[in-house]
Amino acid sequence: MSAGWRRGLGRFASDRASALGLALLVVLILAAIFAPILAPFPGDVADFHTANRLRPPDTVNWLGTDRMGSDLFSRILFGARITITIAVVAVGAAVVIGVPIGLLAGYYGGWPSNFLMRVSDVFLAVPQIVLAIAIAQTLGPSIENVILALSITYWPFWARLVFAETRSLKNEVFIESAIALGASPLRVMTLHVLPNIASAIIVRTSIGMGGTILTAAALGFLGLGAPPPTPEWGRMIAESREFLPEAWWYATVPGVAIFVVVMGFNLLGDGLRDFLDPRIRRGARAK
Amino acid sequence: MRRIEMILSRLVWFVPTMAGLVIIVFLISNVIPTDPVKVLLGENATPAQIEAMRVKLGYDQPLWVQLARHFHDIVSGNLGISIYSQRPISEDLAKRLPATLELTLTAIILSVALGIPLGVISALKRNSLLDHILRVISVSGLAIAAFWLALLLQFFFAMKLGVAPLNSRIDGFGPTPVTGLMIIDSMLDWDMESLHSALSHIALPALTLALPAAATIVRFTRAGVLDVINSNHVLYQRAMGLPPGLIVWKYVLRNALISTVTQIGLIFGVLVTNAVIVETVFDWPGIGTFAVQSILQSDHKAIIGFTIWIGALIVIVNLLVDITHSFIDPRGSR
Repeated sequence: MSAGWRRGLGRFASDRASALGLALLVVLILAAIFAPILAPFPGDVADFHTANRLRPPDTVNWLGTDRMGSDLFSRILFGARITITIAVVAVGAAVVIGVPIGLLAGYYGGWPSNFLMRVSDVFLAVPQIVLAIAIAQTLGPSIENVILALSITYWPFWARLVFAETRSLKNEVFIESAIALGASPLRVMTLHVLPNIASAIIVRTSIGMGGTILTAAALGFLGLGAPPPTPEWGRMIAESREFLPEAWWYATVPGVAIFVVVMGFNLLGDGLRDFLDPRIRRGARAK
Repeated sequence: MRRIEMILSRLVWFVPTMAGLVIIVFLISNVIPTDPVKVLLGENATPAQIEAMRVKLGYDQPLWVQLARHFHDIVSGNLGISIYSQRPISEDLAKRLPATLELTLTAIILSVALGIPLGVISALKRNSLLDHILRVISVSGLAIAAFWLALLLQFFFAMKLGVAPLNSRIDGFGPTPVTGLMIIDSMLDWDMESLHSALSHIALPALTLALPAAATIVRFTRAGVLDVINSNHVLYQRAMGLPPGLIVWKYVLRNALISTVTQIGLIFGVLVTNAVIVETVFDWPGIGTFAVQSILQSDHKAIIGFTIWIGALIVIVNLLVDITHSFIDPRGSR
């Protein structure tokens, strides 16, 4: 097999993977937007029918019912809204906090930047979920607090990344010449540095979304997410535990939902990295 | 010389990093409006009782006095008394640490034993069916929620097939504690029954932790081997007529392992994170279960103690990884 042919095949395979990731995410977003129309029993987010509890999947309840007799398919669709909200807002906040800190610290240097980076190191020294659990617990169980806990623990990832990228860019000739031409630091940072590190940020964000969804689900699983009857996927798995092994569909359905969404973000992130990051692209070509 | 400098500078940073960690965790757990004294005394406590307890536990002092006292306690090795167990927190953590270490170390060994050979095979048989299957599995392994994987394994192996116990760490009294690691202790005791029990209990939680970690290792080993295998020095060795097996063992693997070793440090962080959840699902008596219990009971001091121990553990592991890295990668020590 010639190298060129192999390269084309690799490209194709990786493109197919990222296309799959994108498709999964489009389905998720559509499901979340049209949940009230798509759900066969939209009322089941809060309603319960104990006579129907723990029904296996059939033609009425496509994915079975839960311990309260509510339709799992409907609850999963509405749960997609919660998952998207948590991931987008928490990661968005982490980006909004982390990117400017990384930019300023990378651009200016000196002790304030050392201090900021040390603070982010300290955050990175502890597993996110440990800090997030502590924060979410002390604030009380709610979606807002889960989002807050995740943003507080996630910003250092972006700060670190942007810091490293900015520092290495700062010595590039085109940045130096912009400074020599009298461009203000703000102008250099927003018009020259930021566009050049945007691809790295986008890739990190896509992969970060997957991680955030897993952590948020873990918080929900521990009972630290939204209180019942919110159809949060992690909490649904926790509720299903006592009905194993009989009600196998109860734990399976939300678990598969989490898996598919995280997979979507990871595949998209991998694809974007191959596409956007020139260094990785060079590495891929060498293979 | 460079290596010693590197190690020393990392050691010097250890103290401020830990101090920063203490401050952050302290602030987070104090700024937040839950009142541990009220939680401790329950709904029916009179204001006078609450006030007396607050003074006794030192919560009436200004924040910075509490922080100073907190530092003094930590430096003298005293993390305080767990509000609920009424025993020293360090003692509780020390008693539970071996269980967590045994679980995470077993998981690391499993993931390396699975991940490195599969990664090498995947790279050598690039674009074969096996390679594609392994890639699908390794991408999936990173997308599974640890607690759900734990439930799946419990469902299939403990509930359906009945080949492994559902939870806990060992049946019966277990071996005489020497290292605190059940597997090693039962070997020291020559107690085959305990050894079998310990191994069958650890199998499912360790597998839960190992699978996502192995997925990461497969990916990095594959990429590392591919990078090296296409390099000029391997091409040269091949041209010199060295047998392929020797090239892989002696030259490719060593170079490819460099990136994998770095990954193991990161993986350890992920493992500890997942251990908190996985221990809870399997009722594993480690510090993860302790942390979740303390958190659910608003035991601030216990949460702080746990966070400091975990933080220290991860910082130490990363230091060890850097040192190992400097030995196998000559570029780092020049």
